[in-house]
Amino acid sequence: MMNLPLNITKTVHDWIFSIMPDTAATITIWVIVAAAYLALFAVAGLYLVLLERKVAAWFQLRLGPNRVGPFGMFQTMADALKLVSKELTSNDRIDKFLYNLAPYFVIVASLIAIGVFPFSQQFQAFDINIGLFFLFSVSSIGVIGILLGGWASNNKYSLIGAMRSGLQTISYELSVGLSILTMVLLTGTLQLSEIIEIQRTGGWLILQGHIPAVIAFMIFMIAGTAETNRAPFDLVEAESELGAGFHTEYSGMKFAYFFLAEFINMFIIASIAVVLFFGGWLSPFGITEGITWFPEFLWFLIKVLVVIMTMMWFRWTFPRLRVDQLLTLEWKYLLPINLVNLVIMAIVIWLNWTI
Amino acid sequence: MIDQEVKTNMKTEEYFVNMGPQHPAAHGVLRLILTIDGEIIKNVEPDLGYIHRSIEKMCERDSYQQVVHLTDRMDYLSSHINNEAVCLAVEKGLELEVSDRVKVIRTIISELTRLASHQLWWGVMGMDLGALTTYFYAFRDRELINDIFEETCGARLTMNYNVPGGLMFDIHPNFVQRTKDFIAHFKTKLPEYDRLLTGNIIFEKRTKGVGILTKEDAVAFGATGPVGRGSGFACDVRKTDPYSAYDRVDFKEVLYTEGDSYARYKVRIAEMWESMSIIEQLIDNIPEGNIKEPTKAVIKLPKGEFYQRVETARGELGVYINSTGTKNPYRVKFRSPGFSNLSVLNHITKGSKIGDLVATMASFDFVIPDIDR
Repeated sequence: MMNLPLNITKTVHDWIFSIMPDTAATITIWVIVAAAYLALFAVAGLYLVLLERKVAAWFQLRLGPNRVGPFGMFQTMADALKLVSKELTSNDRIDKFLYNLAPYFVIVASLIAIGVFPFSQQFQAFDINIGLFFLFSVSSIGVIGILLGGWASNNKYSLIGAMRSGLQTISYELSVGLSILTMVLLTGTLQLSEIIEIQRTGGWLILQGHIPAVIAFMIFMIAGTAETNRAPFDLVEAESELGAGFHTEYSGMKFAYFFLAEFINMFIIASIAVVLFFGGWLSPFGITEGITWFPEFLWFLIKVLVVIMTMMWFRWTFPRLRVDQLLTLEWKYLLPINLVNLVIMAIVIWLNWTI
Repeated sequence: MIDQEVKTNMKTEEYFVNMGPQHPAAHGVLRLILTIDGEIIKNVEPDLGYIHRSIEKMCERDSYQQVVHLTDRMDYLSSHINNEAVCLAVEKGLELEVSDRVKVIRTIISELTRLASHQLWWGVMGMDLGALTTYFYAFRDRELINDIFEETCGARLTMNYNVPGGLMFDIHPNFVQRTKDFIAHFKTKLPEYDRLLTGNIIFEKRTKGVGILTKEDAVAFGATGPVGRGSGFACDVRKTDPYSAYDRVDFKEVLYTEGDSYARYKVRIAEMWESMSIIEQLIDNIPEGNIKEPTKAVIKLPKGEFYQRVETARGELGVYINSTGTKNPYRVKFRSPGFSNLSVLNHITKGSKIGDLVATMASFDFVIPDIDR
């Protein structure tokens, strides 16, 4: 299935190799891909922020941003521009090195993770055979940035926020990991492209694995929302309790990094959900299977947006949990359910009850 | 044994956190000095004075008509009820009987004020607990009440509609119809409030069993209003000491006995239904009569002490006027509901989490200028 993006990349690839020695060409291609992903990252982040504001407005009987550009399209661009031009202020007696390092930890972690996503069959920066494992481990780096930021800010609110973030992320990573593991039992592979290939013939994994897969999906969504520190698990930046939480002392672009990373993390969680449960870039019922010009990554984006909308729906409807309730939910409910679910999935596969 | 070692080797320190005067959950400039051990609150010490405008002292300088205006700025969410309290106290001193029309209109507007105040509280309660959408739902409905006020007396918040002896002017011709429209509208919207927040499992977990105030403590601390009634303390002045037209309407004093944040929440929700029923009973037959009893341009109260208490949206407001027979009061003292309610805070939040403190404060519905006059 040769389609347009592949043709373009192939042409560019051939052209670069024809004018340069091999090593230089490889490095050039790496740089181009990295730049493309950076641009994608920035645009995705900005438009997710806009989407969130629009969705919030729909939920709250408001209009949302509608002044800058048509439908407020350039509102977040303007915001980003404002943040770039802001002075970077900080308070006295911060740990300068850690304070400045923290935003990069957060943003780099999200950036690396986005590299392995199969946006379509051809549109994937690197397809490694431990894809899921890689995603999972890389996305856990982000919490270090939050902890560093909270610690280095020399502010009690930041510190409480950072500590909450630490315990929350570490706890919920178990559930994310176990629910992914449940699905890996079904797929038998960690490579993202292969996971999608399996769904081409057998249908979406959430259907293939039926009951245990649905449970795994629910747990994944709950734990994933908690991982990204979004409501109802946004204790990290609970504004009615801690002001702005761990990024209270950050300003300008450093704050923007934290802010963008939150949205990119949401994108990552939604993407994993789409790849693992909803067939990635595969069209539902194969309706665009034979159409060669149809950009497959559209299906991926549509599915991701639906999942993201669900997460936004959570955010604008639910109140926030208390910190001990958060831990109770994870350790007393989600984790045992998850372990039992893992066994059920194993039995389902053993007895060949998959659809 | 390892546990023992950890316990002896790990030293935790209590530390102070200033919650406020600029803090999203303080609803104004309330400063709480928290002593915290990790997430657990050891002590809450409210520090007042950030919005002290010495209203009581200013009252001694002003004429009785002017005193009414100052009370708007105390509990600004029940400004009409504050005005009414002063007017009733002055009328008591003058032994002036206002017409039935004034009484009924005062009652209707008081109840509309209570509704508006409870709506705002509901929005903010959700927001404090992290459900931001409630705020906008509440404001949608509150705007309609403010519009009614605006049409009748020109102001939306600090109304100044009462004067000693009656009302400043008659109600707007549209008032009755718009109030009826609002009640019809809000009857469909109040169940929506319940659907959005009341039954939510997270909301119940955050408020049930949180910040429990026993009836004995409520009485001892003088906690009134929905806070007292959430603990089963029957303290509704409208029932125990009816003023204006409350003796001629039929309504229920909402009482819950649990004493937790959820009970206080339920009291306010039920009170909104009661307020609507009071308005419905009165709105159709507002009697004819004088809108203002004639008073002298300079009101001089006879020598003596006059006290009037009313039920604001937050509880019992007492107005004490000590007059020496001149045109100014010798001493004015307000017994504000928020101040007594705030004194309970340390007692019931000790040992709970930071999140519990926020939930409890939200259920207390503080208006800081009321506490700190």
